[in-house]
Amino acid sequence: MLKAKVYVTIKQSVLDPQGVAVQGALHSMGFQEVESLRIGKYMEVELNTDDRQEAEDRLKVMCEKLLANTVVEDYRYELEG
Amino acid sequence: MRFAVLVFPGSNCDIDCYKAVEQTVGEPVDYVWHTATDLSPYDAILVPGGFSYGDYLRCGAISRFAPVMNEVAKAAEQGKFILGICNGFQILTEAGLLPGALRRNESMKFRCHDSVLKVVNNDTPFTRHYEEGQEIVIPIAHGEGNYYCDEETLQKLRDNKQIVFTYSGNPNGSVGDIAGICNERGNVLGMMPHPERAVNSLLGSEDGKAMFTSIIQTWRDTHGAASVR
Repeated sequence: MLKAKVYVTIKQSVLDPQGVAVQGALHSMGFQEVESLRIGKYMEVELNTDDRQEAEDRLKVMCEKLLANTVVEDYRYELEG
Repeated sequence: MRFAVLVFPGSNCDIDCYKAVEQTVGEPVDYVWHTATDLSPYDAILVPGGFSYGDYLRCGAISRFAPVMNEVAKAAEQGKFILGICNGFQILTEAGLLPGALRRNESMKFRCHDSVLKVVNNDTPFTRHYEEGQEIVIPIAHGEGNYYCDEETLQKLRDNKQIVFTYSGNPNGSVGDIAGICNERGNVLGMMPHPERAVNSLLGSEDGKAMFTSIIQTWRDTHGAASVR
């Protein structure tokens, strides 16, 4: 069994309205040091395989096809176990 | 001519679409469930608004893999008319049938009010009953209608006249004030505003009516004569 941690974030070139709003909230709370803030998604995926290469290949397809929309989002993942 | 209105779990504008077809053009129309694997009886396919699959992951991301979507892709290939409204637009972009993506509104607010659209391209099967540059009132109701595409795609959309509607007064932050686009061939159109909610003056506007009458006119021009004689 392998465990994958998948991180999906909005591309740097694309405005993240949620991130901007939360950054504004932090500023108004006095956290002036917040230079930028971007909101993303974190997913834990358990894979019923021990073949790391196969897991990675298939995980990539999952990210490209469904987990991220590569028009506006980037993704990265970590494989554990 | 026969219309299909697709229904996904969480669609909520399907009845409006169905009734809009009934009341504007009076042609046969059926609800078609997302599990359907045959759209061959239909000439036009409406992908309605709503919150299919609860907007989980991203709007339209899961619906795009519903069995019926393979058939929608085939129908697009065959040149049938496909109109995606609101969530339907999001589904069509997720499916890659239209370029770009819809992001959270810049204001972070769900915007639900009338909007003034400019008809940028009236040379499509969906807009021929409008004048070029005509301003029409069509309501919007969305939290994620902020259209995005990269510069290169935007230029391509402009060059190919794929931008069909723009907002007068951008309500959501869309690049180029884009409210609706079509594919290169012109038979697939996606838009955030709801023409099906603007088909009767009792609803506040009947400016959406011409979209439905345009579709039927286009279809008749290509099929009508042949089937009569």
